[in-house]
Parts: sequence; C-alpha cells; structure tokens
Amino acid sequence: MSLVDERSASVATSDWSGGASVPDFFELLKPRVMSLVIFTALVGMVLAPGSIHPLIGAVALLAIAVGAGASGALNMWYDADIDRVMLRTAGRPVPSGRIEPGEALSFGLVLSFLSVFTLGVAVDWFAAGLLAFTIFFYAVIYTMWLKRSTPQNIVIGGAAGAFPPMIGWAAVTGSVSLESLVLFLIIFFWTPPHFWALALVKSDDYARAGIPMMPVVAGAPSTRRQIVLYSLVLLPLGLAPWWIGFGGAAYGVAALVLGLIFVALAVDILRAGDGPRARKASMRLFLFSIFHLFALFAVLLFERLTAMAIQVFA
Amino acid sequence: MEDDSIELTPEQKRRRRGRNIAIAVTLFGLVVLFYLVTVVKLGINVMNRPL
Repeated sequence: MSLVDERSASVATSDWSGGASVPDFFELLKPRVMSLVIFTALVGMVLAPGSIHPLIGAVALLAIAVGAGASGALNMWYDADIDRVMLRTAGRPVPSGRIEPGEALSFGLVLSFLSVFTLGVAVDWFAAGLLAFTIFFYAVIYTMWLKRSTPQNIVIGGAAGAFPPMIGWAAVTGSVSLESLVLFLIIFFWTPPHFWALALVKSDDYARAGIPMMPVVAGAPSTRRQIVLYSLVLLPLGLAPWWIGFGGAAYGVAALVLGLIFVALAVDILRAGDGPRARKASMRLFLFSIFHLFALFAVLLFERLTAMAIQVFA
Repeated sequence: MEDDSIELTPEQKRRRRGRNIAIAVTLFGLVVLFYLVTVVKLGINVMNRPL
C-alpha cells in the first residue's frame, strides 16, 4: 500500500462534501502562519544590504508566502489522521472531509514547485534552494518524521519557521550572512517556548492523538523548566542584532524589555505549577510570545525604514 | 440506457464555479507577473538588439 493510499484510507470515513470551496483551499495554506512568514521574510529583505526592484521584491515575498502555504498543505495532508482526533484541528479541511487527501497533496506539491520555480527564475536560485529546503524540512523532516517520534519535534522542526528571514535576505544578496543567521536563531529559540506554552494547555489533545509533545512525554514540570531555560537563551539572542550592529538603540531597548517580560512570564508559568493559575499563565506566555516576535522584527523594520527615509530626504 | 452520472447540487456547482474562477485568475495573474518580471529584468537592454 503506497503512502498516498494509506493517507487516503486514514480519512476514508469522512463524507465527501461534493467539492471544496476556494476558502477551504486557502485554509490549507495556514494563512495565520503565512502572515508571520511574510512579515519576517520582508524584514530579512529590508535589512539586507543592497537593493532589489520593488516588483522583484514583491514576487520574492509572494513566492516565499506560497512556499510556506504549500508546506502547510502538505502538513495537513499527512497529518489528517491525527488532526481529526484533536479538538484544535478536527475542523481543518481534510479531516472534516471538505477536501480530499489527494487534492491537498496535489495542491501542496503544485504550489511547492511553482513557488520554488518562480523564486528561482524571477529572483535568485540560491534563495529558491533555501525555500525548497524549508518546504522539505517542514513537510518531511518535521511532519513525517520528527513530529510523531520525538519530544524534540518542535525544537528541531522550528528551523522550518526560522528560515523565511534568511530566504528574504538571500533574495536580495544571493547569500547568507551572520545577520541573517542571527534572525534565524531568534526564531529558532523562540519556537520551543512558544509551542510548549500552548502544548501545556492542550496536552490532553496531543496525548489523545499520540503525539510525543514535551508535556506528554516529559511531563508538565520538566516542560515549564525548559520554557524558562529557552527564554533565558532567547533574551541575549534577542539583543544580538543590537550588539552586532544591525539593530539600533531603539531595538536594543525594545529587545531588552520584551525579553525580560518573556522571562518573567516563563518564570510565572514555573511558579503557577499545576495550580489554578497554570492555564492562564501558559496562555499568557503563548499570546505574548506572538507579540514578542512580531515586535522585535517590527522595530528592526521601523529602524531600517526610518534610516532609508532620512537618507532619501537628507 | 440509464444515466448513472452524478448530478451536482446547486451548491456543488457554485463551489466548482468558484474553483474554476480562482484557477483562471491565478493563471492570468501568473502570466501578467512573468511578463512584468521579464520587462523589469531586461530593463533598457530590451532596446539593445540588432535592427
């Protein structure tokens, strides 16, 4: 039995709804994840030395966004069996039967090829190679292998979400550099505490689906300690752009304040333990972590755009 | 001979029409995009050819 047949059989009990609507296919792209990918890739492009034609830059962003969406579709195709037993994901297009598994697979593969090809032809083949590797890493390394086999799944798999600013940087320069590596590392070390804060709240869901998330395998106390550890690593990493010099004073202050709040919220999860505040403390860190990453990149973007505006008008 | 083809409901026809339009718009958008990218990439060099 081929892999495709197995995936199809795993959701065969769902009723065919008579064809998916356009919004169903859009949902396969994981639009919320895609928006963060677009934003971080944009920051990578703006920070990179050199210039890029606005249209070529827009094509690069579009290709990166579609590539991220394609990997989301491949993830939803492969994970339909576990998605349907988790409350958080049961309503997704494939497990709910609105889209056939084969349709999701074809959609993901076609978009993967289109996005990589477009980025290569229109922008830069090195950046296209990075995008192809990112899609492969998320769909195969993370989704098919790590997610179901190790509690370190999102630690290693987090690399997939960390690549977009590096791809944006490569789209302009045709290479990677220390700066783009720092942007990569910030997202890489941000991902575990971000997901584990959610996993602490949804651990029953993950346990039911048999996914070895950290709280399910190592227990909540160990996960809380690791969240604190990662937040302590993230604090100096967040300051690295200022230290290296591609982030200004405003960024330095913002990174320090945001990083300290992140650590404080992580410690609060540790102190809340299994008590009545546990769920609230975890959700607070989860929601703040989204703002934290967005704000760090937004300040970097703001500083660079301000500097460019001063250069133009001076 | 009995016709055993599937008769689509109005809702299914509406969804199919939506998918068709989305594919058409995407393909047309790609054509325009590649045309514009070609113009940008060639730039002034497009004039630089033997007459």
